[in-house]
Formats: sequence, structure tokens, C-alpha cells
Amino acid sequence: MMKSQQEGAATDAIVVEHLVVRRGGRDVLPDLRVTVPAGQVVGLLGPSGGGKSTLMRAIVGVQQVESGTVTVLDLPAGHPDLRHRVGYVTQSPSIYADLSVRHNLTYFAQVLGAPRDAVDRAIDAVDLASHADATVATLSGGQRSRASLAAALVGDPEVLVLDEPTVGLDPVLRRDLWSLFRRLAHDEGRTLLVSSHVMDEATRCDRLLLLREGEILSDSTLPELLERTGAPDAEQAFLHLVDRAAAGAPTSAPTSPSTSAPTTGDRS
Amino acid sequence: MNPRITLATAARILRQLRADHRTIAMMLVVPCVLLGLLAWIFDGTPVFDRIGAALLGVFPFVVMFIVTSVATLRERTSGTLERLLTTPLGKGDFMLGYALAFGLMAVIQALVATGFAVWVCDLDVAGPTWLLVVIAVCDALLGTALGLLVSGFASTEFQAVQFMPALVLPQFLLCGLLVPRDALPSILSTVSDYLPLSYAVDAMRTIASVPEPLGDVTSDIGVIVGAIALALALGSLTLRRRTP
Repeated sequence: MMKSQQEGAATDAIVVEHLVVRRGGRDVLPDLRVTVPAGQVVGLLGPSGGGKSTLMRAIVGVQQVESGTVTVLDLPAGHPDLRHRVGYVTQSPSIYADLSVRHNLTYFAQVLGAPRDAVDRAIDAVDLASHADATVATLSGGQRSRASLAAALVGDPEVLVLDEPTVGLDPVLRRDLWSLFRRLAHDEGRTLLVSSHVMDEATRCDRLLLLREGEILSDSTLPELLERTGAPDAEQAFLHLVDRAAAGAPTSAPTSPSTSAPTTGDRS
Repeated sequence: MNPRITLATAARILRQLRADHRTIAMMLVVPCVLLGLLAWIFDGTPVFDRIGAALLGVFPFVVMFIVTSVATLRERTSGTLERLLTTPLGKGDFMLGYALAFGLMAVIQALVATGFAVWVCDLDVAGPTWLLVVIAVCDALLGTALGLLVSGFASTEFQAVQFMPALVLPQFLLCGLLVPRDALPSILSTVSDYLPLSYAVDAMRTIASVPEPLGDVTSDIGVIVGAIALALALGSLTLRRRTP
């Protein structure tokens, strides 16, 4: 399952430029520029209602956008060739509640053209082997969201877009899932964009995007963020940046170019 | 579109249905109970022979319309449809998957209801019984196709269920079952020419009264199949990969 993207650290899996999304008469994303480097776990953090889900929907190509471009694996988002290369897990589990976990995954495997053994591998990856034949409706919330994640893993995607995959999970499961995410990126060369509003999950990410009211407040690694803000942890750093933004200070120039990972785009 | 994905979708829908014993039981038993009740009400009169066959076409239409519109709405609200539309699944795979799965259910329902009407309720049919089943299946598919179409316009289950009286009852009133279509006021008679259920009821009546009905019924079947294709095509337009 190794992806041939070991050189990918130097390239961007996702490039978003001048993205404008309007929902319900409001600019949810007024003019967004952001890149996600390949082969990394990138955390998309910020308060709910800040545009995280909208950005993710735009990346997987299900969001109507006003203007701007979203490029995924060098193709426009939503391109037919991307449909088996990009996996998307919505915030609420989107699987069939009246089927067992195994039957759900078998169906998604068939739709994605995945081999039969992909089902068992996906079940093992999310640690649901003991509940593989249980009807989804009888599972706990955490088990359901893991089943929903497995339905994306079954297609062996190169890019995984996960909307709040750890919400409502206990600490042990959260730790296990984050280890899985890191394994998927670092050992298998996949790119993961994971949203969360739990700031302490920031320590698990290779890079952090802080999104608030449709604007990227910061795009850097956690150590860079802490150094730049002088804050002791991600939460304090975020609050610091929010206060600065509210005070009208320039918060753009999201990265300090000297320390950021090599990327192709110009971020100024 | 891809046959593998279409068939996988149909199999998945049937598997969901199979887990729901009560729905299956109601799909099979309710038409029989209603037919039996009708035969009983009109016991000793020729009325059941006149309308029984036509009702065999109406029940599968109504039942499949409701089941499909709710099932599809569930896909939309549960997020599974949005997820599927990020995968290689084509809109046609989705529509045909539903049509195949519910079409198979319709065959079973039509066999059971027709068998019950002919052998238990002594429905007198001049033409071949198997042709009744064919029309009943066409009607069921028509209900499925229209159900898929209207679910695109419903955002809640309440709305979906109310499309039944809104779209199905007018067709029922105008299909010639209550008043022969040529005896309707001329405007209504013209309207009924554009409603697919009218052709289903025409076909069923022909089969009930003509010993060799195949020639007359073929054009009715053509109209119904055309309406199914049109509803499926329009329905697939309501499936949008990108939503606001």
C-alpha cells in the first residue's frame, strides 16, 4: 500500500487560491489561499462556524464555489479522476445505519473498485474487527464515526479529508486514531487534512492551519506557531492570534518563510 | 455509469430492505388485504371484475412511490448520497440501482397480489394473467421513478410523504377508475391523456375484458416505459455533485 510519493514532501497535494464561497448570503470564505503539502498530517483548527467544513467540501468538490481555484493532486477539485483518489469523511457518520459495518464497507469497496481484502484491512485499521458484523444502528457514536472513516479508507485514497473524525471519542481512541493518521501519512505517503476544534490535537499534526471567520490566521508547524506568538500551547496561541485579529493588527503573512516547510506556492 | 456499481447499489438497497421485515411484509400483504376487502364489499356484483384489475396496477404504483421517495430522502439527509457523489458512482448508477432493487420487489409484489386477486378473490380476467403482472411491474417502476424524482424536491420526510396525495391522488381521480376518461369534462379528459397512470389503468382494463389484448396493450406499455425513462432522467438532474 506504499504510495509513490516519498518525494512528495516538496510538492503540494492541495492548492487553494482566491477561494470565495458564499452560503446563505454570507461570504463563508471571503478570499482563501492555502496549500497542503503532500505526505503530511495537516490539522485544520478553529472554532465551529469558521469555514472548516466549507473548505473541506470545496476540496472534495461538493461545494458550490463563487470563484477561485481548488487544485487537488494537480487536478481541479471534483475532477472525475479524483473520485477514487480522494477520500472524504463528513462530520456526522455517513454510512447506512441498517447495514452491518462489513456490508457497508463491502458496498463502498465495490463502488470504489477496491479489492475484497480491503474491507478487512479497513476494519482492522479502525479497530472494529469485534463489531464487524454488528448493525451500524446498534453501535456507539464513536464506533459509528470509525466505521464511517473505514468506508473512506477502503478505497485506498491518496488524499484523505476528515471532518472532525475524533469528535466525541474517548482519549484512548483519539490517541489511536491520531497514530493511525500519522501512519497513513508518514508510512504510506498519504496526505491528510484533518479538522478539529480541539486545540490539544494540534500536537499530533505536522502542520497547523488556524481558520477563523473564513480567514487563515496561521499556517505553520506547532513549534513555529508557539515561537511566533510566545504562547505556551496551541490554544493560547490561537487566542493570541484571534485577539490580534480583532484588534486589527495584520495577521496575514501566515507563515514565517524562513522556517516553513518547502512548498511551491508563494504565500505572502 | 458502470454496471458493477449499478448492481452493487441495487444489491445494497435490497440488503437494507431485507433487514426491514415489517416493510417487506406490508408491501406484500397490504395490497392483498385491500383487494380482498374490495372483493368482499362488491360481493355478488360485477363491480370487482370491472375495477379489480385496474387496482392491481394502482397499488404497486402507490406503494413504490412512497417507499422510494422516503428511501431516497434518507440517503440525502444521512449524508450517504453526498459521500457517494464524491466516489466514482454515477448518477445513473444510483437511479438504476434503485429502479432495479425496487423493480425486483415489484415483481414479487405483483405476483403475490395478482395471484391473490385471481385465485382467492376470483377476479375474472379475459386476457392472460401474466400480462397483468407485467403491467403491475411497469406501474411499480413508474412509482419508483416518480418517487426518485420528487424526493429531490422534498427536504423532510413530512414533505416526501405529502407528495403522495399531491402527485398520486390526482392521477388516481383522473385515471378512469371512478369515471371513464372519455366521460370526463373535456379539459380533465385532456389532462388525463398526459398522466401515465391513465395508460396503466387502460391497459389493465383491456387485459380484463379482451381475450387477445397484447396488440392493444403494447402502446400503453410504451407510454408507461417512456414516462419511467423521463422521470429517471429528470430525477438524475436533481442529484447534484456540488451543492450550496
